[in-house]
Amino acid sequence: MDGMTMAEWLDDFLFTYETLIHALGVHGLLALSMYCVMAVGQLSLGQAAFMGIGAYTGALLTLNLGLPFWLVLPLSALAPAVVALVIGGPTLRLSGVYLAISTIALGEVLRVLYINAEWLTGGALGLSGIPRKADLWLIYLLLFLAVLGFWAVGRSKIGRAMEAMREDEAVAGVMGVNLPVYKMGALVVSAMLAGLAGCLTAHSNSFIGPNEFGFEMAVTILSFALLGGIGTPIAPVIGALVLTSLPEILRPLQDFRLVINGLIIVVAVLFLPRGVIPFRLRRAP
Amino acid sequence: MLSQQLVNGLVLGSTYALFALGFTLIFGVLRVINLTYGFYFTIGAFVALTVAREFGANIWVALPVGALSAGVVAVVADWVLLTRLRRAKAGELSSLMVTLGAVLALYSLMAVFIGTDIQRFPFGFVDNTAIEFGSIRISLVQMLIVGTTFVLVAVLFLLLQRTKLGLMIRALAENEDAARLMGINVGLTVAAVSFLSGTLGGAAGVLIGLNFNAIQPFMGEHMMLRGFAVIIIGGLGDIRGALIAGVLLGVLEVLTAGYISSNAKEAVAFTILVLTLWFRPVGLFGRAQAKRA
Amino acid sequence: MTTLLSASRLTKQFTGLLAVNEVDVEVSAGSVHGIIGPNGAGKTTLFNLISGLLPLTSGTLTLDGRDVTSAPPYQRTRLGVARTFQNIRMFSDMTVVENVMTGMHTRLKSSGVASLLRLPGFRREERAARDKAMELLAFVSLADKARVRSGDLSYGDQRRLEIARALAGDPRLLLLDEPAAGMNPTETRDLGTLLRQVAKRDITLLLVEHNMGFVMDLCDRITVLNFGRKIAEGGPREVRDNPAVIEAYLGTKVAARLAKAHGA
Repeated sequence: MDGMTMAEWLDDFLFTYETLIHALGVHGLLALSMYCVMAVGQLSLGQAAFMGIGAYTGALLTLNLGLPFWLVLPLSALAPAVVALVIGGPTLRLSGVYLAISTIALGEVLRVLYINAEWLTGGALGLSGIPRKADLWLIYLLLFLAVLGFWAVGRSKIGRAMEAMREDEAVAGVMGVNLPVYKMGALVVSAMLAGLAGCLTAHSNSFIGPNEFGFEMAVTILSFALLGGIGTPIAPVIGALVLTSLPEILRPLQDFRLVINGLIIVVAVLFLPRGVIPFRLRRAP
Repeated sequence: MLSQQLVNGLVLGSTYALFALGFTLIFGVLRVINLTYGFYFTIGAFVALTVAREFGANIWVALPVGALSAGVVAVVADWVLLTRLRRAKAGELSSLMVTLGAVLALYSLMAVFIGTDIQRFPFGFVDNTAIEFGSIRISLVQMLIVGTTFVLVAVLFLLLQRTKLGLMIRALAENEDAARLMGINVGLTVAAVSFLSGTLGGAAGVLIGLNFNAIQPFMGEHMMLRGFAVIIIGGLGDIRGALIAGVLLGVLEVLTAGYISSNAKEAVAFTILVLTLWFRPVGLFGRAQAKRA
Repeated sequence: MTTLLSASRLTKQFTGLLAVNEVDVEVSAGSVHGIIGPNGAGKTTLFNLISGLLPLTSGTLTLDGRDVTSAPPYQRTRLGVARTFQNIRMFSDMTVVENVMTGMHTRLKSSGVASLLRLPGFRREERAARDKAMELLAFVSLADKARVRSGDLSYGDQRRLEIARALAGDPRLLLLDEPAAGMNPTETRDLGTLLRQVAKRDITLLLVEHNMGFVMDLCDRITVLNFGRKIAEGGPREVRDNPAVIEAYLGTKVAARLAKAHGA
C-alpha cells in the first residue's frame, strides 16, 4: 500500500474486483432463494429460470419503457412469482419430483424462447446497453435484509412449521400446518428473490443473454445451498460466496468450475447431507 | 402437404418415444428420476461418431456400439451414484439431486476436453437417398429411425413379458423388499435395468444425432425437455404411455411448426407438460402413481 | 353423553384389499374409547382415516356435528383432533421444547409480518407458548430435557414427548396409536396414570392398543375390529366375554374348546 491511502486502495480494489463483488451479492440472494424452497422439503430447479425472467423483465422495462429503477425492481420480482403460481399450482399437490421436473423444463423452454423471440429479447445476442443502476450498496442491503428476514421468520411458528415439513411432511400436516399454502408461499417467495437477483444482474452487468439462466446456472445455485447446508439462512449464502470466489482465487480451476459445482452436489448429498455449516437455527425463545 | 408433415411428425415422434422409453423405464422400476439419462444420449452419439471417424465404421456397426457403450456407462453411473442412497432408502429428491450434479459434471468435463462445437458424422456414413411414395418423401435415415425404434420397442416388450429377466424386473418394480425375499438378485436386476435404459438412451442419441446431424456434449441436456414432457404426459413410469406420448408430441410439434410458426414449436412440449400437470397428472392412461402429498 | 366423533360406514380400499370395511364408530365426549383387534384388523388404517392422513373410499365422518369427511389433516387439527403414531414420528432434529411448540401451530395467531418485524405482541406470544410448552413437559415429566435434541431421547421419553406435542394443540379428541407398545410393565403403569390425568382435562381419548390388561383397565368402551370389520362393541367386560371376540383372537377351535370348558 506504499503511497496509497486506504481510500485509494479500496477504490482500486473495488475497480479490479467489481464484477466479482457484484456476483457475490447476487449469488448470495440466489442461494437464499434456493434455501427458501428447500426449507419446506421441496426441490425447485427453476431458480435460474426465475432469475432469467426477472432479468429480462427488468431489462426490457428499463430499455423499452424507461421506467424508473425503483419500479422496475419490484416488477421484476413479481413476474417470476406469477410463473411460480402457474407451475406450483398443480405440482405442489403431487410428490416432489413433479416440481423438480417441471422447473428444469421451465429453464430449458425459456432458454429456447429467449433465443427465438428475437424481436423482444435480442435472440442469441441478448440485450445489451442496460444502464448500471444496481449499486453495490443496494445489492448488499437486499442480501442483508433477506438473511435477516429468514432468520426472524425462522424463529417463529412459520420456521418451526417449515422445519417440521422438511422432516416429516405428513406429521407436519397433523400438527395443523396448511401444507399447500406453505409450499406455495415458499415457492413464490423464492421466485421473487431470484427475480430480484436477475434484475440486479441485468442492471450491473449491463448485458444479459439467453444462456446465462439455463441448466448450468440452475445446478450451480443448487450447489450453493448444498455446500453450505440449509440449517441456517446464512449457510447457503456462505456456500455461494465460496463457490463464486473459488474459481477467481484458483485461476486454473476456472475451466472446471461447472465440473466442481456438479461434484459438490454429488458429494454433499452422499456424504454431507447437512452441508459444511451444520448448525441449525434455534426456534424457541 | 399434411401427409408429408404427418410422416415427419411420426419420425420425430419415434425418436422422442425412443428417448423417453429408457427414462421412464428407470423410474417405473427403480423409482428414481435419473438425470444422468441425458448423458447416455450424448455418450451414445459420441461413441458412434468416434468409431465412424476413426475406424470408418458404418451405421450398422456404429449404432450398436454407441448404444451398448451407453448401456455400460449407465450401469457404472447407477452403481456409483445410487447404490448408497438405495441402501439408505433415501428420498426420491436425494437421488434426483445426485444425478443432477453428476450429469452437469459429466457434460462439463466433456465440454472442457472436446469443446462445445457442433460435430457431424463423416460424409457417406449413411445413404442420403430418399424414396418417394406419391407426394410423400421419406429418407433412408427416417426409415432407419422408425425401423430401429420399432425393433427396440418390440425387443423390450418381449424381454419384459417373456423372459426370466423380465419377470425379475417386473417383480422389482412391484416391490423391492418382496422381490428380495423371493430370492431375486436385486443388485443384478438393477444393473440390468440400467443397462437396458442406457442402451435405449444411447441408441436414441445415435439416431437423433444422425437425423439432425449435430452432435455436441450438451445435446442430451437439450433433449431432456422433450423427455420430461413425454414421461409426464405418458404418466411417470408408464412405458406404453411414453411411446404414445412421444409420437403425439412429435406430430404436434411438426404440425405447429407447419401451421403456426417454428418458434411456437419449441413451446409445445412445455405447454402440454403444464396442461397435463393441471388437468391429468396421472398421465394419458392414468397409470402413474401421482402420489398426492 | 354427547357424541364427539361419529364415523359412519367408514371404508378404505387398497388395491385388492378392504382394509376398513363399513365400520361405524361413535365416540362420546369425555370417554376413553379403545379399539382392539388382531394384527391386520385395520386399526391403524382407521386412525389414518380419522386424522385425515388417508382419504376415505366411502363413508362419512363428523366431528362434533360438523362434516369432516374430506377435510385435510390441518383442518381437523384446528377442529381439535390430535394424534400420536405407532412408530414414533418426532421432528428428531428439533429440541424437545421446539417439538411441543410445533404442536401449537394452530393456536398461535401472530402473522408472518409480526414475526418478521419481531413486534412486541409476537414476542409475548412466543414466550407464552414456550411457558405453556414447559408446563406440558412438566406434565409428562420431561421438563429437565427441554433443550435436548428429540432424536436423542430414550424410547419411553419419546413416547411421552409425542403425547405432550399432541396435547399442545389443545385437542378435544386425542388419538393414541399403541401408546404402550414396547414399554415394560412399570412404564405401562405410569402411562396409564398419565392418560387418566389427560382424560381429566376434558380430552376424549381414542386409543388402539394390543396390551389387553391396559385397554380393559383404562377404557369405558371398546370397539373390536377383525379383517376390517367391526365384530363387537361395548364395555370392557361385555367385549371380553363376547364369543366372536374370543374367536377372532384365538381361532375357532380354541374358542369352541373354551366354550365347552365353561359349559356355555
